[in-house]
This record gives sequence, C-alpha cells and structure tokens, in this order.
Amino acid sequence: MDDLAVVIAFYVLAGITLLSALMVSIVRDLIHAVLFLILSFIGVAGLYITLSADFVAVAQVLIYAGAISVLMLFAILLTPRSARDNSRVSYAAPISAIAGLLGAVIIFVGLNTEWAEVDREIDGSTARAIGNALLDPYVLPFEIASVLLAIAMIGAIILVRPNDEEGDL
Amino acid sequence: MSLLPVLTSWYAYPFEELYGWLDDNVGTEVAYVVAAVIGAVGILTFVGLGALANVWLERKIIGRMQVRRGPNRVGPGGLLQPVADAIKLIQKEVLQPRAADGGLFNLPPIIVFIPAMLTFAVFAWAPDMVYADLDVGVLYLLALSSITSLAIFIAGWSSNNKYALLGAMRVIAMAIAYEIPLVLSLLAPVLLVGSMNIPEIINWQREHHTWIAFILPLPMLIYAFAATAELNRTPADIAEAESEIVAGFHTEYSGMKFGLFYAVELVNALAVSGIMASLFFGGYSLFGLDRWVPPWAILIGKIYIFYFGLIWLRGTLPRLRIDQLMGFAWKMLIPMALINIAVVAIQVLLWRELELTNWVLVPYAIINLVLAVVLIRQFYRMLTAGFYRLPTRVRLVPEVSVPSLPAPGSATQP
Repeated sequence: MDDLAVVIAFYVLAGITLLSALMVSIVRDLIHAVLFLILSFIGVAGLYITLSADFVAVAQVLIYAGAISVLMLFAILLTPRSARDNSRVSYAAPISAIAGLLGAVIIFVGLNTEWAEVDREIDGSTARAIGNALLDPYVLPFEIASVLLAIAMIGAIILVRPNDEEGDL
Repeated sequence: MSLLPVLTSWYAYPFEELYGWLDDNVGTEVAYVVAAVIGAVGILTFVGLGALANVWLERKIIGRMQVRRGPNRVGPGGLLQPVADAIKLIQKEVLQPRAADGGLFNLPPIIVFIPAMLTFAVFAWAPDMVYADLDVGVLYLLALSSITSLAIFIAGWSSNNKYALLGAMRVIAMAIAYEIPLVLSLLAPVLLVGSMNIPEIINWQREHHTWIAFILPLPMLIYAFAATAELNRTPADIAEAESEIVAGFHTEYSGMKFGLFYAVELVNALAVSGIMASLFFGGYSLFGLDRWVPPWAILIGKIYIFYFGLIWLRGTLPRLRIDQLMGFAWKMLIPMALINIAVVAIQVLLWRELELTNWVLVPYAIINLVLAVVLIRQFYRMLTAGFYRLPTRVRLVPEVSVPSLPAPGSATQP
C-alpha cells in the first residue's frame, strides 16, 4: 500500500464511495438515490481491487450493482409516485444525529486499533482459494446459505401464485 | 522453422523494442503506462472500425436475405453508408423533453458504451497478447452484461415517457431472466478447464486439440440464444419493437445519442461473438494454423463468422413475444442448463479424480451431444403440448361441447 498510484486510487475510490453514499440520503428523488447507491457499490468494488481481491470485486459488481439494485428499482417502481419523495422525512434530524455518532465511534475505534498487518500472498487465484475455503472449513455456512436461497425462491413463487386454481386468466 | 515467428509477429518487434528501451532508460512504470495506452488505442481502434463495418455488413446481409440489394448508393457497393449514417446522426437536432431528468438524460449513452468497450479487454488476441490477464475473466464478462441492463433502465426512466419506461422494464425483465442461463452455460467450460482465466481456456483447447464446442454442444447453444436475448437482437428485440412501443427505451434520444445506442448494440454483438469464439471455439488457435497466420487475424475471422450467424438469426426469425421469451428462459433454458451442469460436473469429477486419459473426452462429447438432443426434444414437447387444447371459456348460452383437437403423438393432460 505504499505505492503512490495505489494511494491515489484509494483516495479517489473512497471519495466516490463516500460522496455517493452521502448523496443517497440527501437527494430528493428516490430513483436518484438508488442510482447513487449503485455508484457507491461500484466504488466499493474498486476498493476491493486495490486489495487484490479480484473475485470479490467482480462478484460485488455482478451481485450488487447488477442484481440487487435491479431488485430495488423494481420495488421502487411498484410504489405510488407520491411516496417517492426522499426529502420530506420527519425523522431526518434524529437519524442523522445517530448516524453521525455511529460514524464518529467507528472512525475513533478504527484509528485507535492496533491493526495486525498481514503480508500474506495467496498462491494461485483468489477464486480457487475462496472455493476451497467454502468447501473445506466453511462448508456448513455454504450449505445453510443455499438452503436459505432455496427457501426464498419457494417463498417468492408461493407469493406470486394466483389465488384460485381454476380461474381464467 | 525459425522464420515463422518473424513472419507472423513482425508487427510486435517495434513495440517490444520500445518497451525494452523505456524499461531500461526511463522506468518500468512509464513503460507499463505506455504499453497500456498503446494496447487500449489498438483495441479501441478495432472497436470503432468494427462498429463502422458492422453497420454496413448488417444492412447488406439482411438486405440479401430479404431478396433485396441493401444500401448501394453511397460509395461503391454502399461501403460509405456507415459514414453517411454517422454524418446524418451528427447533424440532427438534439432534442430533450422538458420534463426529462436533466443530467440523467445524457448519461445512458455514455454508460451503455463502457461495458461494451471493457469486454474486449479480456480477450486473448495471441498467445501473449492479452490486455488484462484476469484470473476471473469469465465472471468479469458476466458482470459487464449486468451493467448494460442498468444503463438501459436509466435511459427508459429519464425519458419521462410511458413507452420508453415500458421498453426499459421489458428489457430489464428479459435481461435478468436470461442472465441465469448465460451464467450457467458459461460455467460449463469453466468446469471443464478448471479456471476462469480466458487465455488458459484457449490454451486448454490448444493442448487438447479440440474445441470446447465439440465437447459441450448444449452450453454453446444456450449461450448463443441467451446472448442474443441479452443483446436485445431479433428474435428477442422486444425492447425496441418498432411496431409496438414506438422505439422502446431510446424513443426520446435523437441524433448521435441514438447513434451511440445503435453503435453499442453492434459492438455488443461483436463482443458476444468474441466470447463465443474464445470460450467455445478455440479463440486465436485453429488446430495449429496460428503458427502460420497471425493469431489475431484468426480470432477476428471467427468473430465475424459468429457475427454473421447473429445477422442470419436476425434476418430469418420473427420477433418473439415477451411471454414467449420469458417462458423460454425460465421453463426451458434454465432447467436444461442446470441438468447440463450436473452432468458436466460428474464427467469432470470422474475425469479428474480417476485420472482418466484424455481420450475419455470423446465419449463425453458423444454423451453430451445425445443429452443435448434428448433434452431439447423433450423440453420442446413439454412446452408445446398444451397448445393443442382449445381454451375453455364460460359460455352464456349452452351449446354442444367443443371437441378438442387431437394432439400429435401423445397428448399430456396438464
């Protein structure tokens, strides 16, 4: 992390991420907020790349910016137009106070922790390392996650099934 | 034999000299930056010229398929037609609806071009000519295709136009539906080779003297159709169905912005052809011919052969309805891709764990071909069996019962 290019890249990406995350809560239109959230996702993917985690970065773009943001956009488009105003929120002041407090606590803790810097190289590709990790030590969370996804899919299918079986469409 | 490398890679020597000189005299970082810039300029030149050539190719070939000549007025044989198109689009009045989202309206033509350009970065044009040798190359290509659908949605949303929004919603529904068979079909070559690195996949095909398309025919077909649907080309161009929703998501875009959308569609077609050529058909290698002919020429030739295949599909097939498209993706492509992944995984496991010889790929190829034919036939019959039954409606006036047509072969009762 001492290379000048990496430092510049880190600051630019961190700036993009934080600025777009801030704009998510400030901007008026809800769709604009989702678009700024997508920009912050892509910024986070860039930060993963500065840490040489290529698989995680590409997976972040594919899953967050590709699928989850589409889900959020669909959810927003199914709400009535009057409910899409992001600005007039009555509890804006207490929430921003709590968020600021939380941010200050995290920054304070982050700056005062003795981070153990590990200079370990992954031999081979990170995707292979993640795959081996998911199948050897972490196989139980992997299987639980797949069961959870199957439950979610079955739940979604049950939710959108038509009510009466013999009704004409 | 030592003359051959000179004959086929004479163009590389000045660049290697430049890199060596910069590396020795100025510094490795500067050499790296200069190499990156030169490589980017080369790839972007190919993309730009490809976009121009594709306009002419597409209109001429579709014209011929429709028993007409295609553009033949501008320049010899219509070769300057892309230039005429570009000039026409540039000199058009730039319109923006007053109620459209200001900054957001100008963004999609730019955003939609970025994934199209970035796809070409991971292609292997020659054994040592990769712009970005990513270990997760295949996943990177999938991530880029998911960004394109976002850009189209922003285009449809910011136009403040019901037809544009309708087109954008259709595109997103279709894009996320076809992303799953796309991912699953690209997973099959990755399983076979054991790596997501695209030069390594091409090396595997070179070492085993075969194309992955021979071993895995079903993923190739699934990828061909899923990629056509992701590109919003006919038969899946429900997003820009001119007869239905004016022009879909790019209704409100005039002039060069529409030109950019159109160019991106063509460049994306080139990118998809490139992916298919690299992953399924050997990339720059042609059973040893790449020692005599520059490998990037072989790759470009293959790309244009598959692009001709895409144009052929466009000229021949009618447009599918949105429910037909979604039904095809969810009910046919995804189960077929899943079954295929299971079979391929078992095959690769047997091959790797039991340390079988490489000749076991031949029976694997035969099994996969039989599986492909059987699956396609069975799913086709399963999906079209219900259409031979007349629909029953509530009738106000009682009448004699309407007999249902006998289905060909065996009729399945749903």
